[in-house]
Amino acid sequence: MITFKNVKKIYETNDQSIAALNGVDLEIRKGEIFGVIGFSGAGKSSLLRCVNLLERPTSGSVTVDGQDLTTLSAKQLREAKQHIGMIFQHFNLLDSNTVFANVAKPLVLKGVKKDEVERRVTELLEFVDLADKADHYPDQLSGGQKQRVGIARALATQPSVLLCDEATSALDPQTTQHILRLLKQINQEYGITILLITHEMGVIREICDRVAVIEAGQLIESGTVFDVFSNPQTATAKNFVRSVMQDEIPASVQKVIDQRDAGHHIYKINFLGAGTGQPLLSQVAKRFDVDLNILHGSITELQNIPFGSLLVELIGDAAEIKRALQYIDQSDVIVEEVLADAS
Amino acid sequence: MLVNYTDIWTAFLQTLTMVGLSLLFSTLIGLPLGILLVVTRKGALLEQIPFFNVLSGIVNIFRSVPFIILLVAIIPLTRLIVGSSIGTQAAIVPLVFYAAPYIARLIESSLLEVDTGVLEAAEAMGATPLQTIFRFLLPEAFSSLVLNLTIATIGLIGASAMAGAIGGGGLGDLAITYGYQRFDTTVMIITVGILVILVQGLQTTGNLLARKIRRH
Repeated sequence: MITFKNVKKIYETNDQSIAALNGVDLEIRKGEIFGVIGFSGAGKSSLLRCVNLLERPTSGSVTVDGQDLTTLSAKQLREAKQHIGMIFQHFNLLDSNTVFANVAKPLVLKGVKKDEVERRVTELLEFVDLADKADHYPDQLSGGQKQRVGIARALATQPSVLLCDEATSALDPQTTQHILRLLKQINQEYGITILLITHEMGVIREICDRVAVIEAGQLIESGTVFDVFSNPQTATAKNFVRSVMQDEIPASVQKVIDQRDAGHHIYKINFLGAGTGQPLLSQVAKRFDVDLNILHGSITELQNIPFGSLLVELIGDAAEIKRALQYIDQSDVIVEEVLADAS
Repeated sequence: MLVNYTDIWTAFLQTLTMVGLSLLFSTLIGLPLGILLVVTRKGALLEQIPFFNVLSGIVNIFRSVPFIILLVAIIPLTRLIVGSSIGTQAAIVPLVFYAAPYIARLIESSLLEVDTGVLEAAEAMGATPLQTIFRFLLPEAFSSLVLNLTIATIGLIGASAMAGAIGGGGLGDLAITYGYQRFDTTVMIITVGILVILVQGLQTTGNLLARKIRRH
């Protein structure tokens, strides 16, 4: 649906050039929700803006629905943009216009007839549950309501793609959940492909099918949300995952780990999907002459697949522990040793 | 008192005529100039940097000439346009030359206040440059435009007093010729009093209007 081919975006300042995007290749499939996560300045905003040419790539190509926008005339480009909706972190509504007029704006620009505009806007406001606010002005609305107006406006021209620029970053957690549910609903009911950028891993976990991690203008890691969350490869991805998975070792447990003698071994066992259903630990205890001490653990759900990690201390003879670990390694889990001060 | 109330009334009407007409013409000139100053600058909608630099320079040149000098300097042009170089009508020409660049700058600053995010939304929607100006930029700046035009109007009242120098008439002229030069304190107090009320009234109306537009 959206294809990036070796996209570069380079900003020339006085005496240096900064690469906001440094060779991005990305394929976003029709009907999926794709998230790009990165710290500020990583290039995610440039990446999103290259899709509807709010920023023009310095080189490379971006195609949307099989159409390379960079080759279009100004008029064709304006038409193409009507098939790409966009919502923003700060909503970007017209304060001088009512909710109704804001949602109607893209239709009015397109020259749609008045009664058709009326019908369509009423329908959209009902969809985002703001029918009673049609005559209100944006400054009379809460942040969540403003974003819903933004969403209704973005959907007005029935786009096939929706770009979300940090759409929930200015909202409180509860409102964020509402907006994310609404985006999911839009994706499922209308089959609109969603590309979102965010710095909040919670947003990715909540609604994305696939995710890419961007750093210094390059995609350093990508995959299904489950894969990236359960087995992040890069330090940045690990950082993001840690920010929401609460697999951080609590201070009290860390203290216990730090105080252990060298002979003690603590392991983190990550259970992936099917692994969660196995009685792995009890089997280890039965088969090997080791004691198991569970220090900490949490189980959560990712894309409807259970996912969790346990912090376990293995007590016993070194050789026996080694054998136990080999056994654990063979099952459907990922195990790694946790060392003192290695949090 | 050396003048009667009819003279004061006539002067009042002359002031209103000078200020009203010069405001009208200078807004007609200043508004498009202000818009051009905003949309042609670097990184803007219709970036035209050389054009912007020239336009901005011309505006600055007119802004730096003291009004009293402008008043006499453009007398030939005034004669060409209104057929005479003295009188209320003749005063309108230099007033427009004085106020139009000023209004252009005021409008520029109002338009620059508009949230760039709104303009980005316009671009994302596929708005044409004209649609962006008339359906996004101007409506969003409207309240601030009203306030800035109020400031321009009050500036014009002040400038119109000097138009007495070319026989423009008006309250300012009355205050100078009778109140100041002939020591007629009563005329001075009455004319200045009327001007104070006029300015107060204008500012209050401008504020109310701007608030009404903003709060709807």
